[in-house]
Amino acid sequence: MTVTEAAPRQIQLTEDGQLKHFLTLDGLGQPLLTEILDTAESFIEVGARSIKKVPLLRGRTVVNLFFESSTRTRSTFELAAKRLSADVLNLDINTSATSKGESLSDTLLNLEAMASDMFVIRHSQSGAQHFIAAAVTPGVAIINAGDGRHAHPTQAMLDMLTIRQHKGRFEGLRVAIVGDVLHSRVARSQIRALNTLGAEEIRVIAPATLLPKDVEALGCKVFYNLQQGLRDVDVIIMLRLQRERMEGALLPSEKEFYKLYGLSVEKLAYAKPDAIVMHPGPINRGVEIESAVADGPQSVILNQVTNGIAVRMAVMSMAMSGQVAERAAGGQS
Amino acid sequence: MTALLNIDQLLDDLEAGLKDLLSARGIDNPAMIGIRTGGVWLADNLSKRLGLQEPYGELDISFYRDDFSRIGLNPRVKPSHLPFETEDRDIILIDDVIMSGRTIRAAMNEIFDYGRPASVTLACLVDLGARELPIQPDVVGQRLELASHQRVKLRGPEPLRIELREQEGH
Repeated sequence: MTVTEAAPRQIQLTEDGQLKHFLTLDGLGQPLLTEILDTAESFIEVGARSIKKVPLLRGRTVVNLFFESSTRTRSTFELAAKRLSADVLNLDINTSATSKGESLSDTLLNLEAMASDMFVIRHSQSGAQHFIAAAVTPGVAIINAGDGRHAHPTQAMLDMLTIRQHKGRFEGLRVAIVGDVLHSRVARSQIRALNTLGAEEIRVIAPATLLPKDVEALGCKVFYNLQQGLRDVDVIIMLRLQRERMEGALLPSEKEFYKLYGLSVEKLAYAKPDAIVMHPGPINRGVEIESAVADGPQSVILNQVTNGIAVRMAVMSMAMSGQVAERAAGGQS
Repeated sequence: MTALLNIDQLLDDLEAGLKDLLSARGIDNPAMIGIRTGGVWLADNLSKRLGLQEPYGELDISFYRDDFSRIGLNPRVKPSHLPFETEDRDIILIDDVIMSGRTIRAAMNEIFDYGRPASVTLACLVDLGARELPIQPDVVGQRLELASHQRVKLRGPEPLRIELREQEGH
């Protein structure tokens, strides 16, 4: 028997196609992405109850392992795990203290010895979570909370949920992603998700210095002019300018960037009148977006945060479910 | 082989049983909740028969099942929807078939996460016995004892009918 070439990316699926890790949106089809969104809808309803908790992961231990700092993502993962009744351990590990390879494996072995059932991992190295998922003990689920410039799949899925709630569909939608695409793992995952879910047109709008070379190959159109790019779009996704990742002079100045690519009330008028404005946060007011837009009627930025909890509950429970199903199938054979 | 039970007769019996019980318990403003999927179809029918003004609630117990560590999550889970406060309300809980009692346990756990009801009355269309938990319906349309290869299933929503099937391989 030969090993199929598709094997590396299918590491996140069971043999019958259920999620067992959540590492990337690559290789996940429209039905599975829709199942994640539908399951998340059910968890949104749970968030509206007087007791916002379900017993799905009762008795299981979830470890949040953050090698890069994060407030929103880590806290929504924590809240999601707690609302699933899991026990949660938060570990913030400074990247400089851990070199890739051996020490990462050792960290994990130690945490596995504490009978953890799931690791939610953020790491500055692209692919770190794949590496861990390949090495981890069977039965333990790995969730990617952002790896390097590669992927941030739960952020993309909460964005998709927000779009579906406001637009009701993906077919026929024009979506513009604006700003620092080069450093954005969020943008890569969003483009993948939008293509899989059937959006009509995905535009990236940025200066050439903030676009990756291969960006069109991801399945999107490039615009260098904000006004042109925003014309007739249904959804505008602003990206944060990731100054901490910038090496060298990619931008003349933040003022210059805002003048050309910042979303002001005036620029927003180029989009459809019912266009929604999104931002993965944290927002830099006056750098990417004018306060009047961020706080305005078309902004759905805070909906995104609420949806983040529900999407993370969905992904965590589905991955744990896949591990359970795989173990059950293994027991039978 | 497929046999049909008389659904209209069973619904008449449920309606009469519920009316008697509610009046005996002095409950004049109950709120109805159906368990997906069959229980919701029945709640739609029974809430009209009982003349309830309030819309009925729909419960999806997928997040509360006790067999997650064996079979995982139902991929077709839908949001539960209770269009009223459960706190201090008299609830009528409806399901199509009761057997082990585990579905009802899950449903009651879920209802209590919305608030503390004053009471819960359980009505089931068919009671198959074979209970694994100390849970009994207050009103039953029909008690059946099935052979191990027989299954009963409510079909609907329009028209509602109840099928008694022989399982394949027998």
